[in-house]
Amino acid sequence: MSLNYFQLFDLPETFALALSTLETPYRRIQASAHPDRFVSATPTEQRQSMQLATLANEAFLTLKNPAKRAEYLLGLKGIDSLNDSNTSMPADFLMQQMEWREALEDASMAKDTASLEGLFDEMQAEGNRLTTVLTDLIDHKKDYPAASETTRKLVFIDKVCADIQQAIERLD
Amino acid sequence: MAYSDKVLDHYENPRNVGTLDKNDPNVGTGMVGAPACGDVMKLMIKVSDDGIIEDAKFKTYGCGSAIASSSLVTEWLKGKTIDQAYAIKNSAIAEELALPPVKIHCSVLAEDAIKAAVADIKAKQAAKEAA
Repeated sequence: MSLNYFQLFDLPETFALALSTLETPYRRIQASAHPDRFVSATPTEQRQSMQLATLANEAFLTLKNPAKRAEYLLGLKGIDSLNDSNTSMPADFLMQQMEWREALEDASMAKDTASLEGLFDEMQAEGNRLTTVLTDLIDHKKDYPAASETTRKLVFIDKVCADIQQAIERLD
Repeated sequence: MAYSDKVLDHYENPRNVGTLDKNDPNVGTGMVGAPACGDVMKLMIKVSDDGIIEDAKFKTYGCGSAIASSSLVTEWLKGKTIDQAYAIKNSAIAEELALPPVKIHCSVLAEDAIKAAVADIKAKQAAKEAA
C-alpha cells in the first residue's frame, strides 16, 4: 500500500495548508531517511530509505506550490484538472493573459525593471486571490469543477510570474 | 530534448507574427491556452467575402513547439477556405514539425486556435446576415 502525499506527512487532505505544518513532517522524514544513518545498513534498507527521501521531496514540492497542491488534491478526487485536451479557457481570462504577456514583452524590450517588478506584484496579488478562491471552492463548497478551472488559471499566473522573474534576472 | 530543424526554423524566423484589426467584420480571432504549461496562443484570420483566408497572423507566448505550430498554421491557412481550415488536424501539424510525444499538446493548441478563429468568423458572418 502506498501513502498519498498528505498521508505521508500526516496532514488532513485539505487545500488550506500552512507552510510550517508541511515543513515539520518533511524535515522529520528527511532526517530519518538520511543516507548517513544507513551507511552500515543492508542494500535493501539503503534503497528503501532513498525511496522514502525521494518520495518526501516530491511530496514537499507538490504540496508547497498552491497550483500543484490543488492539481494533486483534485487528482485524488478523480479529477484531471490539467488535461492537455482542455484548451478552452474563458475568453476574458485569455484576453487578460495576452495583455499581461504583451506588457511583459514591452517592459523587457524597454529594459524597464520597475514596470516588470510592478507587473510581478500584480501577478503575485492575482495568484494570492486565486489561492483564496481555491480554499473556498475545495475545502468549503466542494465545487471541484470550478476548482479545476481556477487551478488552470493559477498555472497560467505561475507561468507569467516565472517568465517575469527570468526577464528581471536578464536585466540585472 | 532536441527540437527538429523545422521547429527551430519557425522558432527563429516565425512567420506572420502580429495582429489584425479585431473589429474588422472579416477578421476572426481564436484564443486558446494550454493549462498544462501555461502557453497562450492568439490566431487571427482575414477572410474574403467568398470565404477564402487572405491573411493570418499569430501571437503565441509559450515554448518553441507552440510558436512553431502557430507559425506553421498561418502559412498553411492562407488561400484556404474556412472549411478547409477547419479540417486541419493537429496530427498533420505534429508530423510536419516532427514533434515528440510530450509536445503534441502544442499542435492540439494550434488546431484549437484555428477552430476558435473559424467559429468567431462564422459568428460574425451570421450576425451580419441577421442584421
